[in-house]
Amino acid sequence: MNNADKNQLKDVVFKYLGVFASLIGIILLTIFIASIISDGLKRIDWQFLTSLPSRKADRAGILTAWTGSLWIFFLTALISIPLGIAAAIYLEEYSKKNRLSRILEINITNLAGVPSVIYGILGLEIFVRTWKLGGSLLAGAFTLSLLILPIIIVATREAIKAVPATIKEASFGMGATKWQTIWHQVLPSSAGGIATGVILALSRAVGEAAPVIVIGALAYVPFVAQSPMDEFTVLPIQIFNWVSRPDAGFITNAAAGIIILLAVTFLLNGIAVYLRYRWQRHLKW
Amino acid sequence: MEPSKEKSADNANLEKQKESSISFDFTDSKKEIKLESKNTNVFYGDNHVIKNVNLKIREKTVTAFIGPSGCGKSTFLRLFNRMNDYIESFHMKGEILIDKKDIYDGDIRVEDLRKNVGMVFQKPNPFPKSIYENVIYGLKIQGIKDKKILQAAVEESLISAALWDEVKDQLNKSALALSGGQQQRLCIARALAVKPTVLLMDEPASALDPIATSKIEELIHVLKNDYTIVIVTHNMQQAGRVSDKTAFFYIGELIEYENTKDVFINPKHELTERYITGRFG
Amino acid sequence: MLKVRLKEKIIESGLWLSAMATILTTIAIIWVLISQSFVFFQHVSIIEFLTETEWTPLFSNKKYGILPLLAGTISTTLVAILVALPLGITIAIYLSEYAPKLVRNLFKPALEILAAVPTVVYGFFALTVVTPFLKNIFPGISTFNALSAGLVMGIMIIPMVSSLSEDALRAVPNSLREAAFGMGSTKFQTSFQVLVPAASSGIIVSVILAISRAIGETMIVAIAAGQQPNLTLNPLETVETITAFIVQVSLGDVPHGSIEYQTIFAAGLMLFLFTFVLNNISHYLKEKFQEKYE
Repeated sequence: MNNADKNQLKDVVFKYLGVFASLIGIILLTIFIASIISDGLKRIDWQFLTSLPSRKADRAGILTAWTGSLWIFFLTALISIPLGIAAAIYLEEYSKKNRLSRILEINITNLAGVPSVIYGILGLEIFVRTWKLGGSLLAGAFTLSLLILPIIIVATREAIKAVPATIKEASFGMGATKWQTIWHQVLPSSAGGIATGVILALSRAVGEAAPVIVIGALAYVPFVAQSPMDEFTVLPIQIFNWVSRPDAGFITNAAAGIIILLAVTFLLNGIAVYLRYRWQRHLKW
Repeated sequence: MEPSKEKSADNANLEKQKESSISFDFTDSKKEIKLESKNTNVFYGDNHVIKNVNLKIREKTVTAFIGPSGCGKSTFLRLFNRMNDYIESFHMKGEILIDKKDIYDGDIRVEDLRKNVGMVFQKPNPFPKSIYENVIYGLKIQGIKDKKILQAAVEESLISAALWDEVKDQLNKSALALSGGQQQRLCIARALAVKPTVLLMDEPASALDPIATSKIEELIHVLKNDYTIVIVTHNMQQAGRVSDKTAFFYIGELIEYENTKDVFINPKHELTERYITGRFG
Repeated sequence: MLKVRLKEKIIESGLWLSAMATILTTIAIIWVLISQSFVFFQHVSIIEFLTETEWTPLFSNKKYGILPLLAGTISTTLVAILVALPLGITIAIYLSEYAPKLVRNLFKPALEILAAVPTVVYGFFALTVVTPFLKNIFPGISTFNALSAGLVMGIMIIPMVSSLSEDALRAVPNSLREAAFGMGSTKFQTSFQVLVPAASSGIIVSVILAISRAIGETMIVAIAAGQQPNLTLNPLETVETITAFIVQVSLGDVPHGSIEYQTIFAAGLMLFLFTFVLNNISHYLKEKFQEKYE
């Protein structure tokens, strides 16, 4: 085997290594999910979905957890979407290139890298104690909103940037004000991209456990939350709670809970990917 | 901004030229003066891109701005509806008057200015909406909601832009589905819908095929009866065909401004002659 | 007319305020961590905090040495990076230099799924699948251990390393590739001798960000690595990371305001400092390497 052959071989070997590396993570995850489904699927029934938590594994359910997650989803959306989109519009369309805009940009990059558990500590001090919201849904939603704000801002800016300058010029040329141009042209044109980012961000919020644990969401909440000021739990916390119990029955419960959580996560991500695909096709003007 | 020595030298040069060769007014016309630039200078940062330009344009005429790429003709055109305002380093001196009023005065609202001064861009840029929505956009942002008024405006504007017959049955179709030439006429209709008195056209046919181009040119001929039109073009023949007056720009300076046929048949300035005969540019 | 102008102004102010909310968030994080840690450090000296080898704030014999938590964080992070770095870079090179467009369009979203899975799910994966598997190889391994948590965390951060590294490789000008191919190099040689060195700063950025992410990861380590502070770098032992400790205290019934409770702010401050420094290093490097090609 001469040198050239050896190099050729290395090239081919590396190619297969690349395929292997790309797939190993997803293969392991698939095997794991398959085993979870085989463990947990049989546990999912009407009783499981409609029961309150219990000390007995076979009587326990995720009613409070999924209703809590649903509350959190909508409250967080309500807070984070307007705030994130507004901040992105300011950065992209209004702010001048100066010191402040530099600081804002670096700051958002930094916020995106702050560990989620730190947001929990922030929420604990500001929302739970200073604003006296207690361990309520509202405190949780505020905390998670701050956590996903950088994701929404970055995605919205990308989407706004993709709107062709010619469209904006045409609108200004017609005598539209800045806001009229943004409202009538920029936002409708970038809605697909913004929606993609928002949904991915909300999917992240729904999957988070650490920050909501820190602000004091409880594992055991024996009632369904009726208002944003109620105490709550969410699916990831319920799963975490069951995982850390020795009883095998609770492990099965955890597996069943994970199936639901993953279904929601993948559904949201699927919607996001679909919207992105449609939006990108739409982008050809 | 303090002009450097170099720039003052430039200006001095300009003064000389002005005295020697160019007359800026046309006394042969009874029409009112619509647009006027007085000692206009434009800078992008330190870059002096329009150098002391003086010119007057009478109402209901077509004026062509010609000159090699980078001569400043588009920048100069965009002074008349203040589209340069969005460039952060933009900065100007001198006056731009429309109906004898300085449009760079503090009390002028750019939005109102632009309703009076419509613009058609180089590349057709319809909004990604229906034909109908495109035409009524200007009225909508003025807060006009009356369906009858809007419907009438759509019809009138599309007729004026010679597009009505082609699209009257498909007003709800996406504007993006139209051909390039139709899109550009739609953009003209969109501009006309707010009843401007001036139309600025920045190379409106440069992205179009010859047939679509000739339709735009015919349209310009008709529109001239009601509007003051200024068109930037790279195409000498086009300037010759559509315009009454032609202004030739070179590196930010207005070199020559005369009746179009005089500019093309008997240019006064050597630079103009070299340009229109295609010897540079 | 005045109304329109006023409306524009009001809207702009609203947008400005929203943007400022991000600055306020940062200020609030820093203020909360520092002011609350200040209370903690009035009772525990910084020297003790940094040099004491035991961390037992929840026991009767209280000791406040951060080192065991730090050791837990370091060992789980190290394992994660040892997984994610080689795999991530291999993927990046494969996707940017080898894979046909169709394969890339399929693999990239597939990799993104890894980052979308909630971390409690990964924790469960580590505890119920990976740890039992590791027991076959290392019979002495603890039920809660740094190795299992680290391995799974590594899988989770693969897409982070691979996508940022791929961006860096793609940013290398084509002329360099052509030069290498023109000399008769294979793709393999071109990738490792020309492209990886040329994209090194971008690749380093991806690794630093991945480290920062691993340090801050909470649920996987809280579930699978254990909740027992342990000054060891042996990945087979039970450890507790800074993040897992914060969760442990939050779940417990430690009274708010007590010195035991204040520990989470001191621990949080440490955590924040680490990630903050790492993020800013990566940001600085990124700016520098972007300049290079512009």
